[in-house]
Amino acid sequence: MLDIRRIPIGALIGLILTTLFLLTAIFAPLLAPYGLGEIVGDVWEPMSAKFWLGTDNLGRDLLSRMIYGARVTIFIAVLATALSFSLGAILGFTAAVVGGWFDTLMSRFVDLLMAIPTLIFGLVVLSVLPSTILTLILVMGILDSTRVYRLSRAVAVDINVMDFVEAAKLRGEGRGWIIFREILPNALSPLVSELGLRFIYAVLFLSALSFLGLGVQPPQADWGGMVKENKDGIVFGIPAALIPAAAIAALAISVNLVADWVLNRTTDLKGGRGNG
Amino acid sequence: MAERNPAERDDNLLDIRNLRIEAKVYPPGEEPKTITLVHDVSLTLKRGKVLGLIGESGAGKSTIGLSTMAYGRGGVRITGGEVVINGRDILKQGKRGVRALRGREVCYVAQSAAAAFNPAHRLMDQVVEAAIGHGTASRAEAEKRAVALFKKLSLPDPENIGNRYPHQVSGGQLQRVMTAMALCSQPDLIVFDEPTTALDVTTQIDVLAAIKDAIHDTGVAALYITHDLAVVAQVSDEIMVLRHGRLVEWGGTRQIIKEPRQEYTNALVSVHEIEHREQNPAGTPVLSVKDVTAAYGRSHVKVLKNVSVDIYPGQTLAVVGESGSGKSTLARAITGLLPPEQGSITFAGRTLSNALAQRSKADLRELQMIYQMADVAMNPRQTVGTIIGRPLEFYFGMRGRERDKRVAELLEKIEMGKGFVDRYPAELSGGQKQRVCIARALAAKPRMIICDEVTSALDPLVAHGILKLLLELQAEEQVAYLFITHDLATVKSIADSIAVMYRGEVVRYGPKSKVLAPPFDDYTDLLLRSVPEMEIGWLEKAISGRRMASAGN
Repeated sequence: MLDIRRIPIGALIGLILTTLFLLTAIFAPLLAPYGLGEIVGDVWEPMSAKFWLGTDNLGRDLLSRMIYGARVTIFIAVLATALSFSLGAILGFTAAVVGGWFDTLMSRFVDLLMAIPTLIFGLVVLSVLPSTILTLILVMGILDSTRVYRLSRAVAVDINVMDFVEAAKLRGEGRGWIIFREILPNALSPLVSELGLRFIYAVLFLSALSFLGLGVQPPQADWGGMVKENKDGIVFGIPAALIPAAAIAALAISVNLVADWVLNRTTDLKGGRGNG
Repeated sequence: MAERNPAERDDNLLDIRNLRIEAKVYPPGEEPKTITLVHDVSLTLKRGKVLGLIGESGAGKSTIGLSTMAYGRGGVRITGGEVVINGRDILKQGKRGVRALRGREVCYVAQSAAAAFNPAHRLMDQVVEAAIGHGTASRAEAEKRAVALFKKLSLPDPENIGNRYPHQVSGGQLQRVMTAMALCSQPDLIVFDEPTTALDVTTQIDVLAAIKDAIHDTGVAALYITHDLAVVAQVSDEIMVLRHGRLVEWGGTRQIIKEPRQEYTNALVSVHEIEHREQNPAGTPVLSVKDVTAAYGRSHVKVLKNVSVDIYPGQTLAVVGESGSGKSTLARAITGLLPPEQGSITFAGRTLSNALAQRSKADLRELQMIYQMADVAMNPRQTVGTIIGRPLEFYFGMRGRERDKRVAELLEKIEMGKGFVDRYPAELSGGQKQRVCIARALAAKPRMIICDEVTSALDPLVAHGILKLLLELQAEEQVAYLFITHDLATVKSIADSIAVMYRGEVVRYGPKSKVLAPPFDDYTDLLLRSVPEMEIGWLEKAISGRRMASAGN
């Protein structure tokens, strides 16, 4: 079973950091010393006892904005990942089980979407649609679901030809049972590790969009947007832009550490206990 | 050949003393622990002699075989004892010494030649590799030697077969090429690890004869590992019976098979006998297959050609034939997985729709199937309770306590206790897995069960238990079996009628006593003669007496 002493040190660091980020996001209003849009000091004040991380380009407290930014960034990334996974996995499994024209149609459509670079596709769509959080989540989720579709279809095609799936078909089971009860539990381990990676891609994608001005709109704070707001300060030797950038990197690395560990633990496909 | 002191010529080639082999296992939820696979086994082998190592899976026979090359498979460590070959203890030789030994003094023939050959290289390059690598022969010399060996092993076109790739020759031929590979560097000892287990009976006999001749002519010593006592009786001078990594009995071949001294050996020798009285076909057949023709895809190659068989209630029809004869395809046609192109299938008075999707729930329920590989026939993420309980829920709408009670009853029926309800398939032994599959089929209260090679993947003693269980259940539940197998010994013990299939056609069909009584057609004769018998000298008799060559050639 899960024994804390047997978790490798890398995974442990990843777990702790990820948990910290998540807690920060959840309890943001309680943790932040100042309000989100509150101008409390001079422009680009250095780090001090009053402003732990200094202030930003408008004189807002950077730490507070970082904390609120974590909330927005992680919230959007989580929902986009959840959407991409439910959509991609269900369609991928269905394509593998149904096969035939449905499979061909879906797969070619996904190929079509994947042929266009995600960022460019996202930029075009978002410049036409109004930039609300809902559209952001939808665009990111659907674009990412193509990757999940590919993976889950590949995994499900392999499982679909196993004898136990054939036995279920001979029993007369419907597609729902075959997809959710026979295939899904056996496809879970590769999907779980992919989940971590996809989440990080969502964070990076969102940050890139915000940096380009198409993501989260001011006065809402998110890490990508904060890099953009403070990027001019770098010329004057002011590190305000680097702090959100470092937060993005730290989140990416820590979630990846956890994902790697999950993947290592679940590569045993023999099933049974303690390795699900 | 390795240089050796003429003074020790008459000594033992191989001398294993108190061999102890251990492995570390990581059971889920527990601390890793060390288990002992081989407990202080000792054996000696003289030059040019063949020792058969026999036992069930887990007996440690392959582990002992590989120790003669100072090798332990994944995580297995040789922790004690001595392995003396040509007067040297190879366990103390270090990497360099072991490298000089492998492929030169000791060679290995694997069970699955298809998986052991590199598919990207021509056969000849792989056959001569060891001899050239050790510098014992030039390339031309080695290739000349290889061709001579191909000839000796009666491979077709011995001059050119080495230019082929592994996928271009049949399984039986590949196994013989592997034997040639082992012999090519003229070793002192060859380890044969179940070389004929994966082959059809009709092919096995040829490979066996070829191996026997080659051993005899080259004077090499051999360790022959198998679980089939009848096979090992044909090639060995001595037999060693192993169980759970311990020596059970070691003696001359004649003594082991004629006068076994240990109870376990006796059980192995007499394993195939099951009491079963043949029943005559009576009443209307429960399943009637009429003129069924089937092919995969839109292919012109018909896998089934006008097949007609009947199965009567409570009786067993055995379908026999070698791989590729269409016996599994017949099962797929009956279950609706492969809709037949022509012909009709009548089940319990109703004509079954060809396609699976159009069949009624009752049709599906009354026709169940048991698979060859029990471990992939069960969802590894479901417990035994779910696996057996699902048909109860699905067909009879049973829930909760009622369902659990019935699952417990079924577990009782297959001679497994209540404690197994929460187990996962990975936590069961091979025989237990197959029993759970039987219970799953029985849960549907079927009229007929298709058994597709259900005992081929099991050890003889376990298979024996499964067959007995199937017969008992048949008597209790009056269920009919369509029993697909290539093992004629199984057929003899459980069938009421037999259909012999050859290249998609039924060549012989009728009650067991008639099918197994002369005069035989050529193919049935070949099949019957190819079943290894526990008798010394059977192989030569069988080879000289048969009327047609097997399809594997």
